[in-house]
Amino acid sequence: MRVTLKCFATLGRFQPENAADFPLKPPETVERLIARLGIPEEEVAVVFVNGVHAPRETLLADGDRVGLFPAVGGG
Amino acid sequence: MKILRINTRTREHRFEELGKYAGLGGRALTSRLVLSEVPADCHPLAAANKLVAAAGILTGSVAANSGRISVGAKSPLTGTIKESNSGGMFAQKLARLGILAVVLEDCPPKDAPPVNICINTDGVSVTDASAYAGKGTYECMDKLRAEFGQRTCAMLIGPAGEHQRLAASIQFSDPEGRPARAAGRGGLGAVMGSKKIKAVVLDDAGCGVVSPAEPERFKDANKRWVEILKSHPVTGQGLPAYGTAILVNIINEAGALPTKNFRFGRFEFAADISGETIAETISKRGGKTKEGCHSGCVIQCSQSYLDKDGKYLTSGFEYETIWAMGANSLIKDLDDIAMLDRTCDDLGLDTIEMGNTIAVAMDGGVIAWGDGKAAIELLRKAGTKDPLGAIVGNGCRYMAEAVGVTRVPVVKGQSLPAYDPRVVKGIGVTYATSTMGADHTAGYAVAQNILKVGGDVDPHSKAGQAELSKNLQVATAAVDSLGLCLFVAFAILDNDKGVPTIAELVSSLTGKPYGVDDVVALGAATLKDEIDFNRAAGFNAHHDQLPRFFSEEPLPPHNLTWDLTEEDLRGALVK
Repeated sequence: MRVTLKCFATLGRFQPENAADFPLKPPETVERLIARLGIPEEEVAVVFVNGVHAPRETLLADGDRVGLFPAVGGG
Repeated sequence: MKILRINTRTREHRFEELGKYAGLGGRALTSRLVLSEVPADCHPLAAANKLVAAAGILTGSVAANSGRISVGAKSPLTGTIKESNSGGMFAQKLARLGILAVVLEDCPPKDAPPVNICINTDGVSVTDASAYAGKGTYECMDKLRAEFGQRTCAMLIGPAGEHQRLAASIQFSDPEGRPARAAGRGGLGAVMGSKKIKAVVLDDAGCGVVSPAEPERFKDANKRWVEILKSHPVTGQGLPAYGTAILVNIINEAGALPTKNFRFGRFEFAADISGETIAETISKRGGKTKEGCHSGCVIQCSQSYLDKDGKYLTSGFEYETIWAMGANSLIKDLDDIAMLDRTCDDLGLDTIEMGNTIAVAMDGGVIAWGDGKAAIELLRKAGTKDPLGAIVGNGCRYMAEAVGVTRVPVVKGQSLPAYDPRVVKGIGVTYATSTMGADHTAGYAVAQNILKVGGDVDPHSKAGQAELSKNLQVATAAVDSLGLCLFVAFAILDNDKGVPTIAELVSSLTGKPYGVDDVVALGAATLKDEIDFNRAAGFNAHHDQLPRFFSEEPLPPHNLTWDLTEEDLRGALVK
């Protein structure tokens, strides 16, 4: 399966080159994806799958849009 | 500490003891004074209205991030009470001059010339400002510093305030002397313009910091306070690195970035206007990615944005502005958006209100969607006597009425900020029920709904949102009264020691007992004062509503509508 992946702000350095069409072998969870990208788990504060907050055990599906964020704030 | 009252008609002034206002500061003071002294049914631009600028309870001390100013009056934009909050150097210098608040009263005749007021250790002087009339705030700041001294700071209005436009801001100079900080919301610049005051200049030469009653206790508390702010990832890392525009991507990803006048929740070109792109652009051009809006700021969310030629263009270039002038108007050119921000600061206009006004003008066919150059040209008219400029400068609702647009994103006449309430329902509650009209800062539930700071409440469900908003509205009113930057809330909501440390700062500064309960009581009492004023001005629960289109039109990509009833919203009111 393939997902669209985006690593934002300070996580940008972990974004792979093929992030727009990132291949994964199911079953894959958010947690395993974070580890696969080499991102230290504590650096990820918010995860969106298809625009909805997703817990780490969420199973990814083909075509999902995944967004990873460090702690951010503003306003 | 004293209160300085200046009669703008007779040009007389007097210093008063705090009296019944003792123990208050910032928003608590401006709102209590407006409730006590301004008739709720007065015309906001008539003599009975008063403009109050107050330093916070902690302001003037060396407590970190305690230099915010509260400006209060009856708002010409909303007809409600208003507290508009800004950074800049004004609050600290005011407090260091021994003045807790300046109150501008009465109104001179319509044909009177504008004046500048200068306050220093010798007293108060009022001087003719005819040479400043009609000039932008950047040029005025240069002139003011040449006339009154390079170390002075000012609160001042631009041409929009002089013309009494309903969306006029009051600008404040930052540590570099640039008028890039704004008490933007609610048209308070028009109130200052009605009183014919172009600038209030402060010269605190010869004044020291406000010294604490218990210096050792205060020093210890401040050390812990700085540590709390620096150790939180938002206040210690995210905001200094990317500024507030770090929010563009996360709000877009959440499907909550209002696009094309609140039609869509995502903007195709969000990456072009993101905090990451802005920081990269600033670095490439040799600007500064982090700056404080006042001395003693340890967060440093501001910046110096340079144009293509490496020349300073703007500062205090905020997420809300970038959204309003960007996604909501479909403008994707960062330099155009920066020029719109600069133009708002220079003419003295609220950037959120102007971004919504431009989007509504685009909706009405006045200019084309996404045309940044046309937007700049339209905005510039607001500083002139051009009739179209009057419509622009009077804000979103006024523009909508003028051009026949029915999609009007306002509550109590004030336009919505940068989070769509259909998918961030907690902030929708704040927009609807705030005493200020639609205002994200009044109870920033985006933190718990989207950012997952200070708690976790599902943004798509209405459950728990009213209570969340109420608690945040109380906390915010307290933060605004203490003179603290609202961004400290990110750190204190995640740290049990946060509020006790703030109470310890107040207690050791004043030498009087002050606890966590006192902080909460301060916030609640302030909101009650504001609600009382608004009730007397004719507002009731029916006004605490979002525009109907939010309940009727689903917002892509989540296709949710606003579904909180009047009854649900009552749960957010402080009784």
